[in-house]
Amino acid sequence: MSHVYESYDVVVVGAGHAGCEAALACARLSLNTIIFTISMESVAMMPCNPNIGGTSKGHLVREIDALGGEMGKNIDKTFIQSKMLNVSKGPAVHSLRAQADKQEYSSSMRKVLENTPNLTLKQGEVVEILTEDNKVTGVKTYSGGIYPCKAVILCTGTYLNARCLYGDTITYTGPDGLMAATQLTESLKAMGIEMYRFKTGTPARIDKRTIDFSKLIEQPGDERVKPFSFTTNPEEIQKEQVSCWLTYTTPETHDIIRANIDRSPMYSGTIEGTGARYCPSIEDKVVRFADKDRHQVFIEPEGNYTNEMYISGLSTSLPEDVQVAMYRSVPGLEKSNIVKNAYAIEYDCINPMQLKPSLEFMNIEGLFSGGQFNGSSGYEEAAAQGLIAGINAAMKIMGKEPLILDRSEAYIGVLIDDLVTKATNEPYRMMTSRAEYRLILRQDNADLRLTKKGYEVGLIDEERYLKLIEKENQINNEVERLNHIVIGANKKVQDLLKQLGSTPLNTATTLADLIRRPELNYEVLASIDPDRPVLPEDVIEQVNINIKYEGYIRRQLKQVEQFKKLENKKIPDDINYDEVPSLKEEARQKLQMFRPISIGQASRISGVSPSDISVLMIYLSQLRSSKAKQEE
Amino acid sequence: MKTDTIAAIATGLSNAGISIIRISGNEAFHIIDRIYRSKKGNKILSKENTHTIHYGYIVDQDVVVDEVMVSIMKAPSTYTREDVVEINCHGGIVVTTKILELVIKNGARIAEPGEFTKRAFLNGRIDLSQAEAVCDIIQAKNELALKNSINQLRGGEYEIINYLRETILRDIAYIEAALDDPEHISLDGFNQTLFENLENEMQLLKKLIQDSKNGKIIKEGIKTVIVGKPNAGKSSLLNRLVGEERAIVTEIAGTTRDTLEETINLNGITLNIIDTAGIRKTEDVIEKMGVEKAVKFASDADLIINVIDSSTELDEDDEEILELIKDKKAIILLNKSDLDSKINKDLIKEKTKHPVITISIKKNTGIDELENQIKDMFFQGEISLHEDIYITNERHKEELNNALQSLKLVKQSALDGMPEDFYSIDLMNAYEALGRIIGENVDEDLVNMIFKEFCMGK
Repeated sequence: MSHVYESYDVVVVGAGHAGCEAALACARLSLNTIIFTISMESVAMMPCNPNIGGTSKGHLVREIDALGGEMGKNIDKTFIQSKMLNVSKGPAVHSLRAQADKQEYSSSMRKVLENTPNLTLKQGEVVEILTEDNKVTGVKTYSGGIYPCKAVILCTGTYLNARCLYGDTITYTGPDGLMAATQLTESLKAMGIEMYRFKTGTPARIDKRTIDFSKLIEQPGDERVKPFSFTTNPEEIQKEQVSCWLTYTTPETHDIIRANIDRSPMYSGTIEGTGARYCPSIEDKVVRFADKDRHQVFIEPEGNYTNEMYISGLSTSLPEDVQVAMYRSVPGLEKSNIVKNAYAIEYDCINPMQLKPSLEFMNIEGLFSGGQFNGSSGYEEAAAQGLIAGINAAMKIMGKEPLILDRSEAYIGVLIDDLVTKATNEPYRMMTSRAEYRLILRQDNADLRLTKKGYEVGLIDEERYLKLIEKENQINNEVERLNHIVIGANKKVQDLLKQLGSTPLNTATTLADLIRRPELNYEVLASIDPDRPVLPEDVIEQVNINIKYEGYIRRQLKQVEQFKKLENKKIPDDINYDEVPSLKEEARQKLQMFRPISIGQASRISGVSPSDISVLMIYLSQLRSSKAKQEE
Repeated sequence: MKTDTIAAIATGLSNAGISIIRISGNEAFHIIDRIYRSKKGNKILSKENTHTIHYGYIVDQDVVVDEVMVSIMKAPSTYTREDVVEINCHGGIVVTTKILELVIKNGARIAEPGEFTKRAFLNGRIDLSQAEAVCDIIQAKNELALKNSINQLRGGEYEIINYLRETILRDIAYIEAALDDPEHISLDGFNQTLFENLENEMQLLKKLIQDSKNGKIIKEGIKTVIVGKPNAGKSSLLNRLVGEERAIVTEIAGTTRDTLEETINLNGITLNIIDTAGIRKTEDVIEKMGVEKAVKFASDADLIINVIDSSTELDEDDEEILELIKDKKAIILLNKSDLDSKINKDLIKEKTKHPVITISIKKNTGIDELENQIKDMFFQGEISLHEDIYITNERHKEELNNALQSLKLVKQSALDGMPEDFYSIDLMNAYEALGRIIGENVDEDLVNMIFKEFCMGK
């Protein structure tokens, strides 16, 4: 029996990392929002690795925060270890990564959701999307409840038709033994949505008491912790941290794997889903990199609440008995007991080509989606899309323009552009190498890049916005000042330079020029800069980076300028590619399929050549002039 | 940083007549001011009135390259609605390309196929009704340029460019893998390897650039194709012209199953001669492929030499060849004049508008006449070099230079102690520049290489 309940502005399906951001964004923008989760215990659950951030993913978290999302704040509240990666490299690739207390992370996010006005949290499975004339009208739950709404955001993660496998054991469940969602796929297919089947995996969890830590190498956190959120006061999060541990596989480990490789469902052909190359199972690594005699294994705590330890690097779908033998062949794990087996998981997701850059489906109005459902992988990638899908569902309902970040503005822009423009055949993971303008897309300046946009959207309040403007002014003024302060070749200066191992001056120079020397920086020159104003840590960081890498940044900004030219040439929604003369057939088909929003996006579609782009530009200018004529 | 001012040779390239080099864009006047000297040396063209013509010289750092007439046309009343400069020079392949090079060196870039027309259109200069034609031109020209770009690279050069790309990409992948997975992959000591690779890569690039300056990198010359029935004497003709036994000559019809290629110099005119398999109806699979190739070569040729065996009757195959070359520049040779002639020269002349020469390759008679005929056709401008070839060469040179510059930046950054992520960007620029020469798209190369070479991730 179905029953129609009260209507909502937005229904969010799934309360993982994408769903939480989507629902919070909508509710905070004053839309009446309901979020469905299969189990209340799985809100913001971390079913795989126990950390947030890492290379390029740390960038995403900072960007989410700069736009007014929750992930950064939540990890700042619940981390148990934190580390800035790549500190010996350039500032563009510094990446923050924190180990989370999984249970804390989940319950803390749940608390935020439960206490956000306009937001209803409900346990239940959505089985059908209701539409009329290709427009969303509501959802239907397993128990027959109908919830009318204006927009739906699908964030189903790895739950759709999920099945978990190890050896010949198959369970038809989602991650961590939770119930799978088995009906929604059919409803989506019936709406004409093209589905993919992807696969991922997770290693075993081991009882801490059965690990011999004397054989492991300790991996402590940073002495001074940097927060993820621009709103977190660094002083308030300095605390006792727990360590991770490093060990290595042995030739014996590899022998065990090789001897049992035929029992892995990956190799026996049982697994149909496509896995990702960047998170291979240990059997994959051993087979593909046969010349490597050992692989790293990081042992990470799952939280302070439990003895479970996550065994990073040993993800597998080998049968249980092989898992035990394999893990026990690793130094330090000889007597280990497995608490939870490693497994591979298969799930339904979509071909993300069907989405607009706003994350709304091209062919179904009011239907948005984010996260692993869109063919990505990772908590951070999911949260980023969830936030954008949430914002854009809200913009749509409020009759405003969608928020679309381009590749020169944010990693989030790169992520979404890649998803909707490039055909994917594996779960998509963010990488710094995917961001062509990464020198300006740094984690340290995410607020300067995006907080204004967050303010315009309505997720950033006035106070935070004004603080940002103040920060901007401080940076600009200080850079300006340093560019104009001339330092003479006097004794004090020469002594300092000598002391710092830098060549003495021949003629007078500016302070900025001195900062540019690789061996010097803003801080060490304090004694020859008496008029220096007192500035906050984050302002000094920006001043230092802006001056030190000015040449590189300027070059990158020039590239961005070129890029923007094409990005700003918009293609009308209703363009009929059959009417564009001289387009190559392949280009015509691809353009028809991807329906790019700009010439820039069109130029990134494989199979669309530069001359096709020229032809398209000519057609568009012709179209504009003839429209202008009609209006006259 | 290159500006968006474009240049190209607006006329066909031949040794006859006048060539025009056209420049369009806001740097056009800046560029001409740097390479133009008036007779008295006091004229600055950017200060002159629009739509005027000026006599003077094109100079390369005070060395006169050519005596020229320069037209200056200021925006917006020009073809492209941008500032336009046209240099009318004395023609000649060497001078024309030299001037184009100078223009490029001073800040223009080579125009893309059809780009002048495209700009004219986008700036509202061309009538809307012509849009479709413009689009067709752009697609056609682009296809040709792409074909040329790869076709004109000698095999060896193609391999070097591929090798360079491979080694550069490998280094990028190493750096990027380490940046993405610092806990698994370390960059300690990598700079040493990188420096070695850079030295090697820069050497190769310099060599390529030198070669391209000498015109060695492309197959230049008048593309001349020898066609005819099997055993008409095509290979013998090639041998005679080259002066050595290059092609295998036998009595058995159909010996040349593939194509042979030679470059010869005829009183200063470079001919790129291709000997093809005899064209006839055949069931032999391999021979058939040779025949198909011959037909294709003939359709691309600047000049065709059709060798007919005058000791046998004109047959169906001969007629078919004559039909095939009907609209091409061609010379008909009636070979084997030392034997009893079964074909009347006048009969052939009725069937074709092409010049007909009686010849005996065996007895070495009529060869001079053939050479004179080719020279006449060239100097009268009847046959000319594809300007595209030179354009392609310039484009290659530009990209090779871009790649070299990028690698120099990499080296400098590394020497300055910049972190690896800074120079991997310039490595990528070098990789992309080389990719443009061979028409390769970059897209997912890097990510694929990273996953192929490195064991990444959790």
